[in-house]
Amino acid sequence: MADTTVTTAPDEHTTTGLPNTKLAMWLFLASECLLFGALITTYLLYRGQSLVGPYPADVFDIAYTSVSSFVLLASSLTMVLALSSAQRGDAIRMRLWLLTTAFLGMSFVGGQVYEFTVFYEEGLSITTNLFGTTFYVLTGFHGVHVTVGILMLLSLVGMSGANRLPDDPSFPVEMVGLYWHFVDIVWIVIFAVVYLVPTPNPA
Amino acid sequence: MAQDVDEQAPGIGPAPLASGHGGASHDGHPSAKQYIRIGIVLAVLTGLEVWLSYSGITGALLITALLGAAMLKFVLVVLWFMHLRFDDRRYARFFLMGLAGAVTLYLVVLMVFGVFKR
Repeated sequence: MADTTVTTAPDEHTTTGLPNTKLAMWLFLASECLLFGALITTYLLYRGQSLVGPYPADVFDIAYTSVSSFVLLASSLTMVLALSSAQRGDAIRMRLWLLTTAFLGMSFVGGQVYEFTVFYEEGLSITTNLFGTTFYVLTGFHGVHVTVGILMLLSLVGMSGANRLPDDPSFPVEMVGLYWHFVDIVWIVIFAVVYLVPTPNPA
Repeated sequence: MAQDVDEQAPGIGPAPLASGHGGASHDGHPSAKQYIRIGIVLAVLTGLEVWLSYSGITGALLITALLGAAMLKFVLVVLWFMHLRFDDRRYARFFLMGLAGAVTLYLVVLMVFGVFKR
């Protein structure tokens, strides 16, 4: 391996040859699979077991939630475009794509808050029935994760503007990107399992 | 910050960081156009899911189709947007360990409580 060069991300040498930060991020995401798996499983365990309404079919607006899903998917695309710009050393475009991603994330969370408000006005609170409890806890946890992701994105933009990112900012952008895409794949599962798969008749 | 690999004595001391996305080497990564193509495929699959939910198809066929489309979207995002297709395989192993553990554990829980018999 005569001319092979290895370019390090942060200043680190590790026994695995992999950056510890990235390894830790993947381990964190693996643990998050268990968290969201537990929440989705709880939703499925109590699906169709509510004794009083409103039931999913009474409150869900699939067209509205589909738009939210498109928005979150689009944010994953803008996130990788931000990474692509960072890898090319184009800081302006990187910031632009990061801001776009944050904006799309805020649109998603705003849509979720609106959806929760409508559901509440239709009589579904977190204590109304098993559907309300499991639905709000699952989607609420996801919404909190999206909000944390937005804060991380805005922090990246702020740090980039203040020249506090490394000369090659692609590593921190990639780390935030991994988290953001994970939040997206969790929504992919929630959208299909919670919203699209029909709920059986109430018990 | 480049480091010549030949300076590293084999088996002694910490290994150099793997090339690829772990470091700042970006060789072999998708271009912006490829990302956009994947984004379009994801949008089409989402459209397909929504169409399926309105199509009047019911029962096991609908559930299989919806979960199949969701799984395809999941895999596309993980492989392309999260770069597991291009990165060191150890990242994939770590992630799959958690994912497979979660899926196995919760499938057992769902089976124990008879969710699939309802």
